[in-house]
Amino acid sequence: MSDFPLLGVRRLYKNFGGVQAIQDLNFELAEGELLGLIGPNGSGKTTAVNLITGFVKPAQGEILYRGRDITAWPPYKVVRLGIARTFQMVKPFYQLPAYKNMIIPLYSPRVKQMTGGKYGDRNAVALDLLEEVGFERDALVAYKAASALPQGYLKRLELAKAIALNPDLMILDELFSGLSLAEVASILPIIEKLRQQGKTIIMIEHRLKELFRIADRVIVLNFGQKIADGNVADVMESREVKNAYLGTE
Amino acid sequence: MRRRKERIDRGIKVRSGDVFALCSWREMLYLAAPRMLPIVGLLVLSLALSVYWQRVLLSVSVFALLAISWDILAQSGMISLGQALFFGSGAYLAGIMNHYWGWPPAVTIPLATIFGGLLCTLLLTPVLRLRGIYFSMVTLVLPLMLVRIVEATRIFGGTEGLSGLASFPTRWVEIYLIIAALLAALFGFRRLMDSDFGLVLKGINDNDRSVMNAGINIYWFKIQALFIASSVGAFAGAFMTHVYLFVGMPVFALDYSILPIAAAVVGGIGTLAGSTLGAFILVPLSEILRGLGGLRIVFYGLFLVIFTVALPEGIFHYVQRKYHQFERWAEVER
Ligand SMILES: Nc1ncnc2c1ncn2[C@@H]1O[C@H](COP(=O)(O)OP(=O)(O)O)[C@@H](O)[C@H]1O
Ligand SMILES: [Mg+2]
Repeated sequence: MSDFPLLGVRRLYKNFGGVQAIQDLNFELAEGELLGLIGPNGSGKTTAVNLITGFVKPAQGEILYRGRDITAWPPYKVVRLGIARTFQMVKPFYQLPAYKNMIIPLYSPRVKQMTGGKYGDRNAVALDLLEEVGFERDALVAYKAASALPQGYLKRLELAKAIALNPDLMILDELFSGLSLAEVASILPIIEKLRQQGKTIIMIEHRLKELFRIADRVIVLNFGQKIADGNVADVMESREVKNAYLGTE
Repeated sequence: MRRRKERIDRGIKVRSGDVFALCSWREMLYLAAPRMLPIVGLLVLSLALSVYWQRVLLSVSVFALLAISWDILAQSGMISLGQALFFGSGAYLAGIMNHYWGWPPAVTIPLATIFGGLLCTLLLTPVLRLRGIYFSMVTLVLPLMLVRIVEATRIFGGTEGLSGLASFPTRWVEIYLIIAALLAALFGFRRLMDSDFGLVLKGINDNDRSVMNAGINIYWFKIQALFIASSVGAFAGAFMTHVYLFVGMPVFALDYSILPIAAAVVGGIGTLAGSTLGAFILVPLSEILRGLGGLRIVFYGLFLVIFTVALPEGIFHYVQRKYHQFERWAEVER
């Protein structure tokens, strides 16, 4: 393995007009780590993801992947390196059946490269992947139009689209928001399994209880700045975090 | 015996998901009829029409090709207001090759199709990053600019154009070539748009961030769609050059840009069959209204308005829905 960390973020800045969305963000991520990225609404979590995946260009700073400078690369190139993300707001192709939504990621050059120049039967692969994230095959849920699926399945579909790209680093932006406790409980084992496969994962979450059960490490953002970074217990003890989350001294 | 009504496609749908299981001639016919209709219809028309209306059929087919080209772009998220660019490029290229180098239509048409497609793709690639109306504006302006360039520099015959170009061997070659091209474009590109490649194009139209996020270079796919669509348009132009035996500034006229859009809207946006159907209604209508002189545009416009208000989904989508709802009498088991 290489000596470089999987991901390095250095002195990253981004502003939208007068809003400092990200200010001097620095961190490194080791291979196999599960990092929780938390912070109040509007603290810059999604912007950080957008910067890493190339959807937004930074004002300053650099992003390194396995030691390689990927700052301001277009999203499709970032994905081909092995970084896949999910969106906080899922927007599937509503008129298409769920499994047809998988075709576009399965058409990715990344997939072709991973499978040795062959795509295989995309429909069959799509159905297998969906079963992996909990689309019960017997119930034929995968054949339903995305518009007819409840939020829980749309989030699973979003996760399956990322898994289809066979990434080394997965960034999940509020995958659990809008889901019931039972739904979250049924998705957690899928994430545990991805970890066992050696994937490095960044999870942005408001559901702290569930996140803390699986995270190795937590970074807290507030007004675009990192205010804490460490293991779960230490971070939750820190004064800044209590202030940011509870607004008390 | 008790009977009830059921939809003809019931048996077909019940037995299978998307693989059709055909159990009777009637079911076979039900599925085949919509595909056979354009083929049989065009062949019958080509034989039954007078020479004058055969000419109209040529024009209809050319506009149908331009409308198909427009719809391929629209399905891929690019709204073109400049189909005349594709048509005119193909027309001029064929004319130039024939006039200056004496190449016959059998050579000029294929070459003009490919190089016309390449030329238009090259011209539009720099503006592919523009979204929505900004892209459309450029497509609208380009053909108008090319006309002025031809006029000002007097190249390729200037305002006079190039005349006395080679014709097809016979009227029949003309008509069957365009019919074959139309059917090939209609069925071939419909298949393409239903393939996984087409799904990616439609995905770009729907939500380009999601497609980029799959590691797909959306500009490369847009370029491919642009090349396909502009080649179809360039073919139509090259073909018409050898029908009119002339090419000149009118090939960049606004008609070639606007009528295909009207055809797609009337016929049904998002389906190549709809665009074709639209051309088959609008072009003959325009011929029939010719007798009205100056009022022609008024009636034509009125017709367009009535149609879009009455059937905003387009004729094809309407007919397709009704066709799927066709019913027959079936015995009820007790
Ligand atoms: N595209 C954008 N244009 C303008 N402002 C933005 C944009 N994206 C994010 N912001 C602003 O940046 C700040 C951080 O937003 P975001 O990263 O979405 O926060 P979070 O994901 O932590 O809730 C917010 O103030 C938000 O309004
Ligand atoms: Mg967010």
